[in-house]
Amino acid sequence: MIERIEELLAAGRAAIEQARDTAALEEVRIEYLGRKAELPNILRGVAELPPEQRGPTGRAANEARKALETEIDARSSKLAAAELEQRLIDDKIDVTLPGDPQPSIGRLHLLTQTRREIEDVFLGLGFQVKEGPELETVYYNFDALNHDPTHPARLETDTFYIGEDLVLRTHTSPMQVRAMLAQPPPIHIIVPGRVYRPDSDATHTPQFHQIEGLAIDEDITLADLKGTLLAAVKAIFGDEREIRLRPHFFPFTEPSVEVDVSCFNCTQGLLEDGSRCNLCKGTTWIEILGAGMVDPNVLGHVDYDTERYQGFAFGMGIERIAMLKHGVPDLRLLYDNDIRFLEQF
Amino acid sequence: MRVPIEWLSEYVELNLGVQELADKLALTGTEVERIERHGLSETDGFVVGKVLSREKHPDADRLSVCQVDVGEKVQIVCGAPNVDAGQTVGVARPGAVMPDGTKLKRAKLRGQESNGMILSERELEISQDHDGIMVLPDHLEPGTSLAEVLALSTDVLVLEITPNRPDCLGIYGVAREVAAATGAALKPPPWSEDPGSSGPLQGVEIVNQAGAELNPRFTARVFDGVQIGPSPLWLKARLMAAGQRPISNVVDITNYVMLVTGQPTHAFDLDRVAGAQLTVRRAGAGEQMVTLDGQERTLDPDVVLIDDAEGPTSIAGVMGGARSEVSAETTRVLFEAATWSGPNIHQTSWKLALHSEASTRFAKGLQPEQTLWAQALATQLLAQNAGATVRPGTIDIGAEPPAPVTLPLRAARIKKLIGTPVAEHRSVNILTALGFDVARTGEGLAVTVPAFRRADVTREVDLIEEVARLEVLQDLPATLPARHEAVGGLTERQRLVRRAADLLSAQGLHEVTGWSFAGPEQNQKLGLEHDAVQLRNPMSADQSQLRTTLLGSVLDIASHNVARGAETVRIFELGAVYKPEAVGSGKAEDTHLLALLTGAARPATWRDNQPPVADFYTAKGVVTALLDGLGVDYSLEAGRANGALHPGRSAILTAKSQRVGFVGELHPSVAAEWDIDQTVAVLAVNLDKLALPEVRRYRDLTSFPEVREDIAVLLDQSVTAAELVTTIRSAAGALLRDATVFDVYRDAERLGEGKQSLAVRLSFAAPDRTLTDEEVASKRAKIIDAVGKWHGGEIRG
Ligand SMILES: [Zn+2]
Repeated sequence: MIERIEELLAAGRAAIEQARDTAALEEVRIEYLGRKAELPNILRGVAELPPEQRGPTGRAANEARKALETEIDARSSKLAAAELEQRLIDDKIDVTLPGDPQPSIGRLHLLTQTRREIEDVFLGLGFQVKEGPELETVYYNFDALNHDPTHPARLETDTFYIGEDLVLRTHTSPMQVRAMLAQPPPIHIIVPGRVYRPDSDATHTPQFHQIEGLAIDEDITLADLKGTLLAAVKAIFGDEREIRLRPHFFPFTEPSVEVDVSCFNCTQGLLEDGSRCNLCKGTTWIEILGAGMVDPNVLGHVDYDTERYQGFAFGMGIERIAMLKHGVPDLRLLYDNDIRFLEQF
Repeated sequence: MRVPIEWLSEYVELNLGVQELADKLALTGTEVERIERHGLSETDGFVVGKVLSREKHPDADRLSVCQVDVGEKVQIVCGAPNVDAGQTVGVARPGAVMPDGTKLKRAKLRGQESNGMILSERELEISQDHDGIMVLPDHLEPGTSLAEVLALSTDVLVLEITPNRPDCLGIYGVAREVAAATGAALKPPPWSEDPGSSGPLQGVEIVNQAGAELNPRFTARVFDGVQIGPSPLWLKARLMAAGQRPISNVVDITNYVMLVTGQPTHAFDLDRVAGAQLTVRRAGAGEQMVTLDGQERTLDPDVVLIDDAEGPTSIAGVMGGARSEVSAETTRVLFEAATWSGPNIHQTSWKLALHSEASTRFAKGLQPEQTLWAQALATQLLAQNAGATVRPGTIDIGAEPPAPVTLPLRAARIKKLIGTPVAEHRSVNILTALGFDVARTGEGLAVTVPAFRRADVTREVDLIEEVARLEVLQDLPATLPARHEAVGGLTERQRLVRRAADLLSAQGLHEVTGWSFAGPEQNQKLGLEHDAVQLRNPMSADQSQLRTTLLGSVLDIASHNVARGAETVRIFELGAVYKPEAVGSGKAEDTHLLALLTGAARPATWRDNQPPVADFYTAKGVVTALLDGLGVDYSLEAGRANGALHPGRSAILTAKSQRVGFVGELHPSVAAEWDIDQTVAVLAVNLDKLALPEVRRYRDLTSFPEVREDIAVLLDQSVTAAELVTTIRSAAGALLRDATVFDVYRDAERLGEGKQSLAVRLSFAAPDRTLTDEEVASKRAKIIDAVGKWHGGEIRG
């Protein structure tokens, strides 16, 4: 009987070894360990054996059964893992099909992005943001800003009129006067906004956007203007940038300057291929804004003591800064609002 | 303003190359538009020649064969009718490069060899004369380089003169500026010697009836024995380089004098000035006059005329008349140099649309002293170049020019304004170079303003500007302002506006920037009956108003994109609309936000290639996210905010019981006006009307668990989702944290005609305990009760 058990164990082991998949292994289990199989029958018949054989036969049969069970389990988990692996391999997808597009993030208009960037720089420098009316009186738009009664900017060819005394503001500067009337110094404000001039060609649109700056206190100097603008220019165009101030003329500042930023497009006015830089026209400087010390006549209009208070003002075009910074070649792209343009930024 | 370097260097000893000079000027306040080259680029090969003989070309009627001494004898074939033996001429030899860039070659003309070209004035850009060759003075040695004899080439600075510097509208003024900017020595003005005299002038009478305000000064001299003819070559060459066409000596001298002094002048043929008298007067109302350009113009009393005994001869300061112009027969010249009111000339010249070199100069405001500079220089030139003899005396009508003003300049003030000190002697040097008289006082400097800067420099700060631009600006330190009490930051409303844009872009909407302008047909197409703010001088009819809604500009942009093939458009604009009723109130603008969605509500994919199109609910989802994100409480009620909207698919947005906006689909016929034939959903919010969000207080939503339950209610279709939820909420009370409709089912066969089943997800929770099953069950029972009682609803399943 013991021999038979050993034969069964050996045969079972061989069958386990040969089972190629979990189904075959299940058949092996039924054949050797199932209810009708020989080994369990031997175990069930142990009681009927002569007493001296019961112990050895029972032990041997039990051990053989346990051995087969363990080996079947081990083999089964191995086969199951392999089969799972195969099923997964068979479950292959075409990874080259397009992924699900997520709802895309929209973009702020380039003018808004640029405006915010400039605002943020000046917020960091301690300025507040003020907005003034677009429908502005002739008084604030011209008179209070020291424009001669005959200044050509007042002509209907240069200014949109709504009434005799009301215009679409031609610059954000009127807010200088409004701000000074509204509060005593110190004043540190910037005024972003939409402005209008009847001009339409490749470099002009009848509406455009400016940011005005005004700083008034007892001790604000032209050197402070330079430092403030230098900080702003570095923040917007990069830390390596320099600025230079060129004297100019504006009715509402004295002295007045135009401010150039060192070109970020070229080396010494030349591009890599040796051609002349189109941005700075080879001069290495790009004009970006107008500025100056607020003219005492303007301070006089708001009854500030001109011996005590002084300060600077500047005005820059948002379109110009956006175009320079991002290499936008044509102003009109900003107003076409083609989505393929908008989503680039 | 064109400034030939050759001419400029007569007045200032230039010590820089032209590019360096231009750079220096640009950095000290004179804008240089560009540098141009006038005349020859190379003067090699241009020489003086003497025509030894001239013979007719054997085979060409109009050509001559000349033997010319150019240092050696050469044969040149010439086409000019006036060429003749004995003339001294300019010759371009083979290899010479003409101003247009062509290089001259040895040639054969009809079989005759030609070794160069005998030059006309036009070929050298000295004048436009091309009728014949240019004849030079006889004393010149053949073979001499032509450049030693004539200014054949010069660089020209093209300057843009700012309106505060009319003194730089004259080349001598520019020379003074150059001297101050570069330290070069300035020579005395060319008018410092006056061959004429003051005192009474016989033979003409001049009356100013217009008054000293319109005509502060009128000066005149008379020249006898004038011989009209061409100007000398040097004068023509200068005028050409400065952009003026030479005409005849007397006319050229009027232009030359203007270009040097800045003062326009006029030469009358005295014999054609009727009555030998001129009267300055205001025009009559409605007076008609034919101007030089042949146009009949209607005048008014603000226009100033100059009459002779037969009537108007010119519009003062703007345009001369034909009647008394100098001509070839002129022998006596009345030479006028007058000062006119800048604002008046400005006004006249715009009113009549007449702009001349003279009017643009007068409009900028010239000083009375300039008239006599012009008379002195003209007197020299007319004697030298037109054989004229000046008659003794000068007519000089007008008040004494204002006395010079002396201003203080305090060193402390310079430092206070500029932020860096300037040594006193530097200020003195600069101001002196600019023509100011400077004296030292105990407190600083006393600076006397010269006449030619009278209008521009009236205050200490104006002097500081002069010092700053020439001395300080290029090395100005960069400092930051002392902060004192100023604090930066955005206002709450500015933050709200920024956040609104961010919330929309986070939902995949692109921001656009439309036009504030609109045409009257825009609101018509939108079915809106708003009045709009009208522009008095629009650029075109479709930009003649200011928009009253963002719908038009956003639709324009959507339509533009759809026409270019965009299938889905999700955009918004944030900007002003303009309220005509509020014009004059100081706040005629409201900041609106308007979003537009058309096309797929979400991107199509290969797994879901028919996503729903954006409709009312898409827009509602956007506005919900927007207002929730802003932290604004709001409600939506069915209603049509304006005629552009779909009557059944629109709602009005209310916050704090104010109407603040709308959501809806566009009326399809409105969308069709913009060539969009698919559903267009829009939402709009008046950001100025939106109350600022309140500070959010903490609520404990995490300490105790929520109990969730779904119920389905069978109802009449007339019951809205909002009504059902309101009933549920009031029945359940505070323990119901949330109730959301998550399914709508309509099926007449299974539910009955006019019935619907709404499934609602309920969440119950208490802030201080875990709810028991009994509590939830009792709430649920109350809900079922209330739904049955108020809506006849039954709970399904
Ligand atoms: Zn460059």
